[in-house]
Amino acid sequence: MQPQSPIRLSAQQACVRFGSLDALGPIDLEVRAGECVVLLGPSGCGKSTLLAALSGLQAVARGVVQADVTGGSAIPGVVFQEPNLMNWATAQDNVALPLALSGVAKAERFERTQRALQRVGLANFATAYPRTLSGGMRMRVALARALITEPSALLLDEPFAAIDELGRRALDDLVLEAKRERELAVLFVTHSVDEAVYLADRILVLSPRPGRIASEIAVPNVARNPAFLTSPAFAEAAAAARHVLSAQLVAA
Amino acid sequence: MNRIDLAPIFAGLFLLTLWEGLTRFFQVPPVILPPPSAIGAALVDRGPLLIPAAGVTMGLALTALAISIGLGTLIALIFARVPLLERSLGPYALVLQATPIVAIAPLVIIWTGIENPRRAILILAVIVAVFPVLTSALAGLKAVDPGLDRLFRLHKASSTQRFLRLELPTAAPFLLAGIKTAAGLSLVGVVVAEFVAGTGATGGLSWRLVEAGNRLETATMFAALFLLALMGLALHAVLSLIEKQLRS
Repeated sequence: MQPQSPIRLSAQQACVRFGSLDALGPIDLEVRAGECVVLLGPSGCGKSTLLAALSGLQAVARGVVQADVTGGSAIPGVVFQEPNLMNWATAQDNVALPLALSGVAKAERFERTQRALQRVGLANFATAYPRTLSGGMRMRVALARALITEPSALLLDEPFAAIDELGRRALDDLVLEAKRERELAVLFVTHSVDEAVYLADRILVLSPRPGRIASEIAVPNVARNPAFLTSPAFAEAAAAARHVLSAQLVAA
Repeated sequence: MNRIDLAPIFAGLFLLTLWEGLTRFFQVPPVILPPPSAIGAALVDRGPLLIPAAGVTMGLALTALAISIGLGTLIALIFARVPLLERSLGPYALVLQATPIVAIAPLVIIWTGIENPRRAILILAVIVAVFPVLTSALAGLKAVDPGLDRLFRLHKASSTQRFLRLELPTAAPFLLAGIKTAAGLSLVGVVVAEFVAGTGATGGLSWRLVEAGNRLETATMFAALFLLALMGLALHAVLSLIEKQLRS
């Protein structure tokens, strides 16, 4: 990521209110193309709300949120906590859903879907139904579905929390790969400090409700591989993140 | 192919034999309880009369079922879109559902059935059969996965797309369970309505049942009952098969 990369996601003094309750903000945030920003924070601090606001699903009470769309799809790719697949449809029909909704022709849809499934390692499971897939595989389908529209930004809301360690690492690698290859701006919410350090270029720690950015931790720009997990750089960033996070938990 | 369980077949044969033996041994008058052999004979003998009548009743039940499916789904859709309507009309629908159909039948027949008993019978059967469709469709429409719902909103799906790709497939298994109940009820509705209408104008099976009762042809009554049970079972079997197909 170069500093001059275009901004793909931005929030300026964004606030979200639920009735009389201040849920979030004010928040200032920028995620540039090819950058992965991870949000860490106590439960209920508004991490998911921020994601919903950036995807346009949640209106902001004040401020501006923008998913910049120069090139690529106008709608960011979103992965929620659950795979949220249509259990009556095959993996490929699930992946193709966003294309079908926007009226892409069947032949093109099919071709793009096959490629997307291949990328997440599910080429042989195109016609499988979700209930026959493992939890990790279902998440891969959800990830392929989020990327099928070739969005310029990808928002993930604690997506891999329910998945075993190894499966989770593999999914994290898929996210990093997509980020690299497509110059994707990634905003990732997680509870796991290790996952945050592994994925992030920058970690933003949010304060308790109403969530604000309490602290920012930069993670060294080194290759993300199993060796990174045991490196001093990893340990140092993780320790810093844990320190800031526990300060927030005390505040809460 | 599944292995057929022989136990109920043997049990049935045993009970029929017992029935035959006891009625013969105690010389029960056939007007009170005819032996199975006499019922079988009545079925063959009266078949030309009973089977077309069964066809009429089945036709009415299927028509009522079809109307109930369409109407129930439509009302459920309206209720799902306009919750205020559901809130304000729901309790009254419950009143209609809770009132025994036999009690409503004479009124409906006075209003609509004097010159057209077929119409009155259909209306009555629909009144009983529409509720399971309505409630199951409503439950199905409300069972939409909130995450998928967000995804559809994110991608700005039209309401037609939502209905066809999200709501209908979600509701389908619920709806099918409701339709299964409705199928049995529509048959009940038709039979009750035919009874209350008390006219042979539609020529349905329950009219034949009443007629046979008036003539003390007990064996024919049993034969008609047998056909009614058979129709109910057939309806249930067909719907179960569809349900199975849909599941796999």
